[in-house]
Formats: sequence, C-alpha cells, structure tokens
Amino acid sequence: MAEAAAGIRGYGLIVAMWVRTTMAYRLSFAMTALGNLLMTAADFAAIAIMFSHTDVLGGFTFAEVALLYGTTSTSLGLADLLLGNLDRIGRRIRDGTMDTLLVRPVPVFAQIAADRFALRRIGRVLQGLIVLVWSLTALDGVAWTPVAVLLVPVMVLAGAAIYGAVFTCGAAFQFWATDAAEVQNSFTYGGNTLTQYPPTIFSKELVRGVTFVVPLAFVNWLPALHVLGRDDPLGLPGWVDFASPLVAAACCALAGLAWRTGLRGYRSTGS
Amino acid sequence: MRGIGALRDAPAMQTVRLYGLVAAGGFRRFSTYRAATAAGVFTNTVFGFILAYTFVALWHERPQLGGYDQAQALTFVWVGQALLAPAALLGFGFQEELQERIRSGDVAVDLYRPADLQLWWCAHDLGRAAFQLLGRGVVPMAVGALAFELALPAAAGTWLLFLLAVALGCLVSFAIRYLVGLAAFWLLDGQGINLLNSLVAMLLSGTLLPLTVFPGAFGDIAQALPWAAMLQVPADVLLGRHTGAGVAGALAFQAAWAVALLAAGRALQSVATRRVVVQGG
Repeated sequence: MAEAAAGIRGYGLIVAMWVRTTMAYRLSFAMTALGNLLMTAADFAAIAIMFSHTDVLGGFTFAEVALLYGTTSTSLGLADLLLGNLDRIGRRIRDGTMDTLLVRPVPVFAQIAADRFALRRIGRVLQGLIVLVWSLTALDGVAWTPVAVLLVPVMVLAGAAIYGAVFTCGAAFQFWATDAAEVQNSFTYGGNTLTQYPPTIFSKELVRGVTFVVPLAFVNWLPALHVLGRDDPLGLPGWVDFASPLVAAACCALAGLAWRTGLRGYRSTGS
Repeated sequence: MRGIGALRDAPAMQTVRLYGLVAAGGFRRFSTYRAATAAGVFTNTVFGFILAYTFVALWHERPQLGGYDQAQALTFVWVGQALLAPAALLGFGFQEELQERIRSGDVAVDLYRPADLQLWWCAHDLGRAAFQLLGRGVVPMAVGALAFELALPAAAGTWLLFLLAVALGCLVSFAIRYLVGLAAFWLLDGQGINLLNSLVAMLLSGTLLPLTVFPGAFGDIAQALPWAAMLQVPADVLLGRHTGAGVAGALAFQAAWAVALLAAGRALQSVATRRVVVQGG
C-alpha cells in the first residue's frame, strides 16, 4: 500500500511539473487542446454525415450511436490523458534513458505514465462528454430506471479502466518489441472507433473477439445495450450487462502482471 | 579528356545524384524499423476492417451513395488504409523534425549546406513515401481484397495511372507539410499547428468518408482543395471514375496544386531564412 501511495504521489508531482511546463506556452496549449477536441470531433462529424444520408445504421438511430460514441470516447479520453504516454517507453528503452528511471525513488510505472503529461488531451475527454450529454438529451423511449442512470457513469469509468489496462499491456509489450508501439493503437484508437458503432454492423466473429479475447465490448456495448433496452447480438445472459467493473478489475490485474513481468525481464541496452 | 559538354552537365548530374541519394536514404531509414512496419501494417488492417463494416452498413441503407456502389466504397476504404502512411493522410511526418531543428537552431547548419532545404526534405519525404507504399500499403490492400469484394481494375494502365496519382498526391502532401514545418520559424512550438494540420488533412483528404459523400457545397469545396489530391483523386483514378481526358484533368489538378504549394513553400522559405535567429549559443 505504501508503494502505491508513493507511486500516486510521485505521479502527481511529475504531472504538476509538466502542467507548469505546458503553461509556459499558453497560446500553444490553447491551440493544442482545441485542436485535440476538434480532431476527435472529426470522426463524430463523419458519423453525422453518415446520418445525414440515412436514419438508421445497423438498426440504431443517431442518438443511440451518439450514446455509444460519447461513452467510449470519454473512457478512452480519460485513459489517454492519465496513461497515454506509457507508449513512450519503447523510445526510452532504445535511447537508454529508461535506466535513469530505475534508480529514482518513484515506481517506474508512475514515472513513465506521467512522463511528458499532456494536459491538452483533456480535449478528447471534453468532446466525448459533450456528445454523451447531447445523446442523453436526444434519446427518447429510454426507460431511465435508477439502474440505467447509474450504469452510464459506471460504464464510462469501467471503460476508462479497460482502456488503461490496454495501454499498460501495450507498454509492457514494448519491453519485447521496442519498435511496435503502433500495435496498441489497434486496440485503443481502433477499439474506440469500433465501439462508436453498434455491434450489429460487425461480423459475429469480430464481436466475439472483442467480447471474449480483448474485452472491449464491456467498455460500452453491453452496458449501453441494456440502457437502450436492446438484445446483444451474441445472446449472452443478462447479467453480463453489469459485468463491466468486474471485467475492468480483471483486465487491470492482468495488465499489472504483464507490466511487472516485462519490467523484471528488462535488460538495459548498455551504453 | 573531358569535353565541354560533360563539364556543363556535371553540376546538373550531381544535383540529381545528390537528391537521389537523399531519397534513397529516406527509403532506407524507414525500412530499418521492421517491427514498426509490421505494427503499422497490423494497425492499418484492423482499421480497414472496422471502417469496411461501417461502410457496408451505410451502403446497405444507401446503395450508390456518393456515386459508389458497395464494392467501390470498400475499395475506397482499403486504398485509404494503404495510402495512410505514404501520403501522410493524418498529417504526421518529417515536419516535426524540421520544426525541432528550427527551434533548436540546428536549421542554421542545414542552411549552410550545399543543398536546398526544400529539395532535401522533399527527396527525403518521397523516399519515405516510396518505402511506406511498399511496406505498409501492399499488405493491407491484399488483405482487404481477400476479405471483401473490391472493385479493382484489371487493366495494367489503370494501375500505372493510379501510381502516378499516388506520387502526385504524396508530393502535394509534402508541400503542405513543408509549409506547416516552416511555421515554426514564427511559432517555435509546432504542436498547435501540427494538430490543426492533422485535423484538416484527416477530414478533407477523404480518410474518414469519401468527399463525394460530404453534403452539398461543403463537398464541392472539399473536392477542389489540395487535400483532395492526397486520397480522393488517386482512389477515383483506381476506381476508373475518370476516363479519357478526365484522367488527365484529375492528374493536372494534382500537379497544379503541387506546383502552387511548392512555390508557396519556396517563397515562405526565403522570407523565413531572412529572419533566422539562432537561439542559444
């Protein structure tokens, strides 16, 4: 527990330092945060253009797709803001600066995660939240039971934890393949694009894969289908709609294990 | 004994040789990172599948949307993934390195070299594009063709015209990013403008959706802007949407933007180099 507290404290201090650094270029920060927001809004613009040509996509309305979009984008935005720079680890291993981190009195994970903390990534979180709030006002015919109301914030946080676990696994993978940082984009940004759309439009094999192998379906599909009162295409039992926090916890445990294994096996490149 | 002709030709030949070597260097530099290339191929393929399914859903609701049938729309998706890295459709690229050299003052050394800054980076970037077209473009395209029914042409001539259109698209892409890179002379920190460049490139190249699907005047304007030269035009050439003089027109559209933007880069470069202030000691 003491180690975790030291890690969080170290993370906070390094983050605060990078935030001060960012604020040295205020105009650039404002431009990059806005740019980030607009950049992530571009794929929502694409969805909006799609719905200017049709009323339903895979049987889902615009507001329903917006709920999927808002939840997964907010989740990814949170994970990206807090842990997104983990993918810089490959570069640190290559240039040897990883060794510096090992001798500092702060857990390596906290140091890497906070390294060059990019506050501008708040833009993605805000953009996701805007779409999410809009979708909640635009949805009609949804029975807002207390369970459904509670399910929305729970799925956003559990989703962020699942994406965080993916970022961590991606970083751990770079201990073995230092150049392969881009692979994790398939599961983070790719997973984000996937779960913005209804599961009905994808092949059953793909949906099975992201349910049972890389559990991205738990980021938003399964809980959101419950909120929308729809059946999931795989016909899974009803309780899985509420399983996201458990799946997220399992993912984080596995990611932690992967990280520790990777770090333990780390061999410096030398001088 | 060297003839006068040889002496006169020598500088020109040397120039061609120099930039040829720079281009080859760009090609080799990117071919070194095999794991990164494999990772890129994997990611492009995954995105190709995701986008392809969304296009299937959309074209199921609206067949012939934007003038494409489903097979053509899916071809557009996979051409987009194949060109994502070579034509830098997300706007990332060498300009970040150039900006860093401008910020640190290293650009002063570059300007002393007996090579032109714009031509140097152009050769380097086209070398990179050539590698990425082979290394990152071919496999996703082949996977897409195996997994989905695409509308690929049988005529070799169409493929050659497509390659020409891709080359011109990469040139336009370079010319835009060179302007973005030079902006660091005024801004020093390039993050903001790089992000805006990425945004515009992603939206207006047709990477998210073909420009012909964009609504009304927005779509018409987008198709006249230089970003259309990066993906929309090459894809349409491959799909055979331009015939006869239309192909020449499409290629001329790309070439005109390339010339205009390269000239703008040249003008901006001469303004910028007149105000170089080397920071630090």
